[in-house]
Amino acid sequence: MQISEFAVWLIVLLPLGSFVVNGIVIRPFFPRNERVAGWLTILSLAVAFGLSIWAFTSVNSAHGPIEFGTHEWMSVSGLTLSIGILLDPLTSIMLVVVSGVSLMVQVYSQSYMKGDPSYIRFYAYMSLFTASMLGLVMARNIIQLFVFWELVGVSSYLLIGFWFTKPSAAAAAKKAFLVTRLGDFGFLIAILALFSQGNEMLDIPTLYALVGTIGTTTVSLIALGIFAGAVGKSAQFPLHTWLPDAMEGPTPVSALIHSATMVTAGVFLVARFFPVFEAADYTMEFVALIGAFTAVFAASMGLVAHDIKRVLAYSTISQLGYMMLILGLGGYVAAIFHLFTHAFFKALLFLGSGSVSHATGTFDMRYMGGLRKVMPWTFTLMVIGSLSLAGIFPLAGFWSKDEILAHATEVNLTIGWIAFSAGVVAAFMTAFYMFRVIWMTFGGEYRGGAEAEAAAIRAEGGEPPEVNGQPHLGESPWMMLAPMLVLAVLAVGAGFLANPPVDLGVIDKHEFGHFITENEAVFIDEHAVEEAGAAPTFNWNVALLSLTVAGAGIFLAYLMYGSKKVSAEGMATRARPVYTLLYRKYFMDELYEQWIVRRIFYGGIVRASDWFDRSLIDAANVKLGVWTGRVGRGLGQVQNGQMQVAGLAISVGVVASIAAFLVWGG
Amino acid sequence: MFEGWLSIIVFLPAAAALVIALFLRDDARVRWFAIGATVLNLVLIVITYIGFDRAAGGVQMIDRYEDWIPVEGLRAEYLLGIDGLSAPMLLLTGLLSAVAAFASWRITHRVREYFIWLLVLQTAVLGVFTALDFLLFFIFWEIELIPMFMLISIWGSGRSQYSAMKFVIFTLAGSAFMLVGILALFLSTGVDTFAMVSIPAEGIVGIPEKVAGSDLLIPAGVIWFLLFAAFAVKMPLWPFHSWLPDAHTDAPTAVSIMLAGVLLKMGGYGLLRVSVGMFQETNGFKVQDVAWLLAVLAVISIIYGAIVTIRQTDLKRLIAFSSVSHMGFVVLGVSSIVGVGGKVTDAGLNGAALQMVTHGTITGLLFLTVGLVYDRAHTRYIPDLGGLAVRLPLIAVAMLIAGLASLGLPGLSGFVAEISVFLGTYEVWKWLTVIGAFGVVLAAGYILWMMQRTFFGPHNERFDDLEDANFLDMVPVVALVISIVAIGVYPKIVTEVFKVGISELVRI
Repeated sequence: MQISEFAVWLIVLLPLGSFVVNGIVIRPFFPRNERVAGWLTILSLAVAFGLSIWAFTSVNSAHGPIEFGTHEWMSVSGLTLSIGILLDPLTSIMLVVVSGVSLMVQVYSQSYMKGDPSYIRFYAYMSLFTASMLGLVMARNIIQLFVFWELVGVSSYLLIGFWFTKPSAAAAAKKAFLVTRLGDFGFLIAILALFSQGNEMLDIPTLYALVGTIGTTTVSLIALGIFAGAVGKSAQFPLHTWLPDAMEGPTPVSALIHSATMVTAGVFLVARFFPVFEAADYTMEFVALIGAFTAVFAASMGLVAHDIKRVLAYSTISQLGYMMLILGLGGYVAAIFHLFTHAFFKALLFLGSGSVSHATGTFDMRYMGGLRKVMPWTFTLMVIGSLSLAGIFPLAGFWSKDEILAHATEVNLTIGWIAFSAGVVAAFMTAFYMFRVIWMTFGGEYRGGAEAEAAAIRAEGGEPPEVNGQPHLGESPWMMLAPMLVLAVLAVGAGFLANPPVDLGVIDKHEFGHFITENEAVFIDEHAVEEAGAAPTFNWNVALLSLTVAGAGIFLAYLMYGSKKVSAEGMATRARPVYTLLYRKYFMDELYEQWIVRRIFYGGIVRASDWFDRSLIDAANVKLGVWTGRVGRGLGQVQNGQMQVAGLAISVGVVASIAAFLVWGG
Repeated sequence: MFEGWLSIIVFLPAAAALVIALFLRDDARVRWFAIGATVLNLVLIVITYIGFDRAAGGVQMIDRYEDWIPVEGLRAEYLLGIDGLSAPMLLLTGLLSAVAAFASWRITHRVREYFIWLLVLQTAVLGVFTALDFLLFFIFWEIELIPMFMLISIWGSGRSQYSAMKFVIFTLAGSAFMLVGILALFLSTGVDTFAMVSIPAEGIVGIPEKVAGSDLLIPAGVIWFLLFAAFAVKMPLWPFHSWLPDAHTDAPTAVSIMLAGVLLKMGGYGLLRVSVGMFQETNGFKVQDVAWLLAVLAVISIIYGAIVTIRQTDLKRLIAFSSVSHMGFVVLGVSSIVGVGGKVTDAGLNGAALQMVTHGTITGLLFLTVGLVYDRAHTRYIPDLGGLAVRLPLIAVAMLIAGLASLGLPGLSGFVAEISVFLGTYEVWKWLTVIGAFGVVLAAGYILWMMQRTFFGPHNERFDDLEDANFLDMVPVVALVISIVAIGVYPKIVTEVFKVGISELVRI
């Protein structure tokens, strides 16, 4: 049975309702029944997930987008804003991934956030976050999309700053919002430019049909603006700096931000406006270059980070770079396929890192070690996630990453080869940093956890951070392991949607590619479908190469952190400048925060304007005012110095004298 | 026609003030009586708003008394009425008046006088938004000064005398120009009326129609600038804004709410009703000729206002400067009147009108919550604050909602207005709109930084004893939050009425 429009709306309305109930009913009036908040969120997401599956099967059996009408939201002459649902294959995949991953994260959080004084607030924000992302992917109108886009941004602000008494959390939240908003400014300009081409262009299906009628320059401007928004949300260079700091939020939040909601929104946005990018000049190439650069750039910072969540954060940026680079090369299928598999193993890895810190009380890997014996389940699941992320056969990450690399070779242009090389280098780094994490965390002997970290910080004269919750060295409860297990199964198996069916000869394209390209509005003919990479040929050379570099990365990590045959400290010392450059994040935080924001903007422009306002504008205004006041006083013939009397006198007096003039004089 | 309904609404607060002056002695009773009167008036205004016939349009609920000033030749009438432009402004005034009365319940100094002046102020503002005779409009415009002067100078803080005087002088300077403008219009051959709009049912032909094609006493451009000066000061538009931060900083909470929420809108309303409404077909000069000037001043106000806001360390001063920036959006929207290829899309003008209402509710909420903070922490100096969310979670949430609305978060009212302004103006002033839109990024900067420094961070022991907002504090907060969310989610509540008024305003 085909899904009804109401049912699709429910997918967003249910978690939204859970936000409202948690926020304005349970939190203020039933703070003792906090478990209800968690279960309410889980229940609403479970139903939303079920409905998403229904939406997915409906699209699958309809072999293409399902049309629903539009509803007028606001209308004045010359401007009508409508809302509606765009349920195409891309949306249906995103709905399933977002609601599914979010559901797993919420179940995990029931245990992870237990005992937090703001447990209800957490679930309220999580509901809003998920609802915003679900609303974003189903939006039919670009303004509607922008609404949810911004709501995603604000929910992440609330969640990153969840522990707002920590100054670092409050700062990270603000940073995330501001940096992404800088990108959103570009997105906003794109919307304005689109609207100037006609009100109907705001409707995405109409835009698909009419994009060819817009002039090339304008389309390129629009595409660039949209991409600016995507760069902000997907933390691509140069707006990537907010994401590593965003780990200040509770770990389940990071799991959600990094996998299904928030950062994937940027990739989704480029995919959503794929026809606009195709119609534009040079923009696709630009997207590919930014993506390729980010893939390597971010991975390199992950090589040296000590914080397990920071490594994962750089990994996310790098993997999103993969998605962007292949989107820029036209590989729509590979990009979304990677988004799909990445959501599972990255959520798994973050939940795993949360599980680790649940036991040790820290995220700093220098104080971990030896956890393999203590938490065998977490260890196994983390290894699965890492193997998948490193792209080891036959896990999900292998298939999707390989498809990206293979597609890049097929685009037989310079830019294709640049992207391919970047992909291979990043693949090596990925394997290395992930297994560095595994050995530092689980291998060797336990190095003391939070207590050792606190001691080390005190030794340096610092103040150790607060530990959230009560760490106890041991395996995490089942409530946390079960969602990880589900995600691990997907991290292993999700890739089989790709190639095996091709080998069996069931269909002529791979299943995922077949499904996602059944959308004539975006892929107008067979040729376009082919261009998007719906039927990639399995490239043995590429597969062997990527496996070799991944293996080499793992082996190097083993030598440095497993067997310790190669001294990591020694290498850091020998290559001190490089190490410092990477460890200090290429000094980009310093550049942005110390120089551009603090010195140039705040110390220069803002200070000068403030001085100008006080010393010139205000002074001139006061002079002018006093002068006019004197004239006024003279007019009113009242010299008692009371301005309010003068004011009244002027009004009444002038009216009266004019009246008198009219009657007797005129 | 004299239905009397609008006159009741306009003079109900003044009548309540009279009752307080004559009969009430007990402070508690005065307080509740004043609150009761404003709430009753709000109910009447809501009924009026719902009763406004959108399909019929035009001026409705007319109160007309022709021989108000029995002087031969002075065709000033007592003429009240509402149309699609003024009805939402009336609603805003009613809402914020009730909010301001509620926000005053902690006042203990000279309670009777305080509420008398507050109520008189409300009558004056309601009069401005309902008067359709230019002279009557001017009188209400002027009367508003007296209670404002009293309220700021007596119940204010800091340099309240200076600020009150500055406010009065600035407004007076502006209105002196306005009076000359009004009289020049009236005395022009062929105009000879004070009617601000035409009302066919009453046989009134207003200034907008009469000025079409007739030569004015002095050049139309001069008259336009005389009138514009008053509105620009009132809004305020850069570079006439410097009275605003002082007046806000030193005014008591409720007065700041009235000032930012309603009084500034008198300027925006005048700009639409007079500067735009009356000067589209005048001889020799049209408002379209200076639309570029409006756009430039608007963009300067937006960006300059936002940049100066960032530097402020006093919460009230910060919000005051943010108002300069946000009122710039109103003017930017108005500047789209020039249209493209002779065709005006109403989006920008509607956005401007909507921005007035949304800015009124949002800034009202901001000042309200700052007042709640100040009542407790006894300081508004941002570096002395921090970590307040621990002890004051409700106030923090209220401030956060207001702040997010102020930075244009979708789902809250500010977004709808700003996006309408941008969409409507981009086609006309492409680059200026792009620059102006950057104000949204700056707004996010100063609002979030302000939140961070005031409410977030570790709990400060100095604030151990602070108590969060109680039920009475929350009543006006919730009222404003509801209106902000309601307009944000379903903007038609307001836009369906505004668009009637705007379409009657645009004559080309």
